[in-house]
Amino acid sequence: MAGWPILSIITFVPLVGALLLLIVRGDDRSVRMIALVTTLVDFVLSLLLWLNFDTGTAAFQFVETSSWIGAGIGYKMGVDGISVLFVVLTAFLMPVCILASAAIHDRLREYMIAFLVLETLMIGVFCALDLVLFYVFFEGGLIPMFLIIGVWGGARRVYASFKFFLYTLLGSVLMLIAILAIYLQAGTSDIVALYEGMHRFPVDMQRWLWLAFLASFAVKLPMWPVHTWLPDAHVEAPTAGSVILAGILLKMGGYGFLRFSLPMFPVASEQFAPLIFTLSLIAIVYTSLVALAQEDVKKLIAYSSVAHMGLVTLGTFTFSQQGIEGGIFQMLSHGIVSGALFLSVGVIYDRMHTREIAAYGGLVNRMPVYAACFMVFTLANVGLPGTSGFVGEFLTLLAAFRFNTWLALIGTTGVVLSAAYALWLYRRVIFGPLEKVSLQGIADLNTREMIFMIPLVLATIFYGVYPKPIFDVTRASTAHLVELHRQGVAAAPTEAHP
Amino acid sequence: MNLAADTTLLAPELVLALGGMVLLMLGVFIGDRIRNAFSALAIVLLVAVGVMVVSGNVHGRAFHGAMVIDEFGRFIKLLVLGGAALVLLMGQGFLVRAKMGHFEFPVLVVFSVLGMMLMASAGDFITLYLGLELQSLALYVLAAFDRDNLRSTEAGLKYFVLGALSSGMMLYGISLIYGFTGSTSFPAVAMVVQTGGVSVGLVFGLVFLISGLAFKVSAVPFHMWTPDVYEGAPTPITAFFAASPKIAAMALFVRAMTEALPSALDQWRQIIIFISILSMVLGAVAAIGQNNIKRLMAYSSIGNMGFILVGLAAGSPEGVQGILVYLAIYLVTNVGVFACILGMRRGEHMVENVSDLSGLAQTRPGYAFVFAMLMFSLAGIPPMAGFFAKFYVFLAAVKAGLVPLAVIGFAASVVGAFYYLRIVKVIYFDEPAPAFERDMGLGLAGIITGAGIFTIFFLLAAGPLVGAAGAAAAALFP
Repeated sequence: MAGWPILSIITFVPLVGALLLLIVRGDDRSVRMIALVTTLVDFVLSLLLWLNFDTGTAAFQFVETSSWIGAGIGYKMGVDGISVLFVVLTAFLMPVCILASAAIHDRLREYMIAFLVLETLMIGVFCALDLVLFYVFFEGGLIPMFLIIGVWGGARRVYASFKFFLYTLLGSVLMLIAILAIYLQAGTSDIVALYEGMHRFPVDMQRWLWLAFLASFAVKLPMWPVHTWLPDAHVEAPTAGSVILAGILLKMGGYGFLRFSLPMFPVASEQFAPLIFTLSLIAIVYTSLVALAQEDVKKLIAYSSVAHMGLVTLGTFTFSQQGIEGGIFQMLSHGIVSGALFLSVGVIYDRMHTREIAAYGGLVNRMPVYAACFMVFTLANVGLPGTSGFVGEFLTLLAAFRFNTWLALIGTTGVVLSAAYALWLYRRVIFGPLEKVSLQGIADLNTREMIFMIPLVLATIFYGVYPKPIFDVTRASTAHLVELHRQGVAAAPTEAHP
Repeated sequence: MNLAADTTLLAPELVLALGGMVLLMLGVFIGDRIRNAFSALAIVLLVAVGVMVVSGNVHGRAFHGAMVIDEFGRFIKLLVLGGAALVLLMGQGFLVRAKMGHFEFPVLVVFSVLGMMLMASAGDFITLYLGLELQSLALYVLAAFDRDNLRSTEAGLKYFVLGALSSGMMLYGISLIYGFTGSTSFPAVAMVVQTGGVSVGLVFGLVFLISGLAFKVSAVPFHMWTPDVYEGAPTPITAFFAASPKIAAMALFVRAMTEALPSALDQWRQIIIFISILSMVLGAVAAIGQNNIKRLMAYSSIGNMGFILVGLAAGSPEGVQGILVYLAIYLVTNVGVFACILGMRRGEHMVENVSDLSGLAQTRPGYAFVFAMLMFSLAGIPPMAGFFAKFYVFLAAVKAGLVPLAVIGFAASVVGAFYYLRIVKVIYFDEPAPAFERDMGLGLAGIITGAGIFTIFFLLAAGPLVGAAGAAAAALFP
């Protein structure tokens, strides 16, 4: 492995696949095959990356540097314990998405190209170690996602795609100004160099920079009150689009906090933590209540995502290793679970072409396997011990409890509410008598659906029972992050009064 | 005065002038026989001059400082020549089809390019004015080129009347500057201002000068002519308006401000910031309601000029570097978009409404893809080239401490993104309208492909262009 630019390869293999799709003529079947093989190859490569990842160090690994647009802005890639698993998660969800897109027949080639390009950009976000490079990947993802929602989406796709695009863009341009300011202040946009010389930012400048980054990450995550694009985008996007949105794109916000806000602006993070807590708690309680009132399955899951992301920010901004590890775990777990939930919705949507909760009921009678899978994901969403949802939730709440009792108290109500809406959804869709005539002929999971459901079920249970492999990877880096943050805070007062 | 040395410095301009006259004579005497070869001849001439500009590695001031030959001028000249050649290449088919294939079109383009080259090299207010007028007079005629068409003649007349007014204002400004500094030469004016301070009279002159220049680059509030002229003029000519003249005028703007009036930075910066903000905001907001794509591009170009002026407001080498990068990317993007617009033809009939693009992605996937990517580029979304254009000017603005200007600029770019996205939406999301003619000609198809490749892959090769722009900008700040 040594000497290979493994990260660039993982990042750009999907792009090569997309170019291949452009060139190769063939029927729909071969288009699907090319896309699937490309994403599987990429997944295998990402597993190799994980296997070769040295868990003993907090330093960035597999670093690649080359000159790019000059003057301290370079092409720099690298991963540490915080980012490497997001690369794996992305590469894992992509083949699943390709498999789950069987219902797409219209303009299939362009669909697959859009997804492969999106994969390149998403992996790039997690690998980029240069602010400008990060921004290019981060923003570039808007283009394919805009097209995916707008071309293959539901009835209000145009509205949803515009809202998604403009919301995210507005947040991001503020971050771009902050990036320019950082670059001018520090003379480099190299993230590693910025970590090393982090106290260079005076406290009042940190505040502005922090707020500018917040604008971008809060929209992406999304945090209350800028979450309103999410339900629209989720509902209108095709199933695979929702999976990517919930599974990966939302995580970029949380990742951004960990990569930039905490280590680079430690004092501002500390000062603004109460703001984050407030927004997180509102997100947890309010969006959970909103979820209870939804009549649309996808919308319900979308609101539940907002609530779950609230827990992530809650844990992250306790600045403790527990909270941060919990936040990362929660994001990874949510990436799998919410993705799986959207896939589950997609399964019945492909059959019945409605997302209305009231249109279902009693599915367990006709679809026992499906009911079992859906059950696992629902319980993971609730955070039942033994599922991956529990670990992250528990750790973040524990960290919050050690930080402030009230924080944990209000945060925990979110868990209760999530049980309410998730189990209620499950009851209304799966249990009860099978009364609706339209549902009489509904079929259980077919082989293709089994193929992508089973790994998700296994991952959910495995990491719920045995989360150690994840924490092994994140431990060194999160400890380092907490240390960086602590040093930054400690060094700040002398900086403020020179 | 060393005539031989001066002539060497100005060799490209002289060749272009002589070549233009030869073309004119050919047109007058045997025009009917080689009717369709004129564009090709003009392109050869432009390319030859371009090669001379690149290879002629000479620097200096000619004719007592009236002309400056430096890296900055060279950069601009290459853009101008390239833009003109591309426009001639893509306009040929259209003009022949529209029975407008007169030899005057390439000849007028050549003469206006000559004016632009003088503008790029102007080292004196008199040269500035002469170059500008040579360019403008050719453009007025070009705007009215479709002489039997009411809208085209209206465009020409409107352009002429307003252009003459702006020239008058500028001339008045120049006379005031001359009156208060005693010279028309850029370095001499700079010297006087530096030692003598900025007098009220000079500020008056400055305001009139900037008003005239703002008219030429179509910055708000001197933009009124732009949408009408863009819409009225035949499409290849609109493409030309959007490309080379804007670049030359912006170059003139930059040179006049940074070389002649560097000590009055505080005075002109206020004005530039003001018109820059107005242009960015109006360009973004007014384009939303446009259905004619040429009109929409007019507002887009107004907005773009606002973004470029952000770089000028920075008043630093980085700002000028950003402007040059922006201009290069703007040129390719605009030529590409207008090539796409020229491809919008059903039968013998050109269409130019946004709604005509409906579902283009299903009837012509490749063409639609480039069109959409150019729109994303204009909206400034990475990884497209347009992002880097904005990146460099705003970098300079933030460095110069103009953070509020950068914030307003980015906000305007988000609003602007809406109407670019609307075109992408029409192309990709809407139901297909009847397809356009497949036969768009090799030149047009080549330009569209080239613009697409440049736009998408700019990020891989940004280094050399940015480096060249940096070297060119350094020439203005000795």
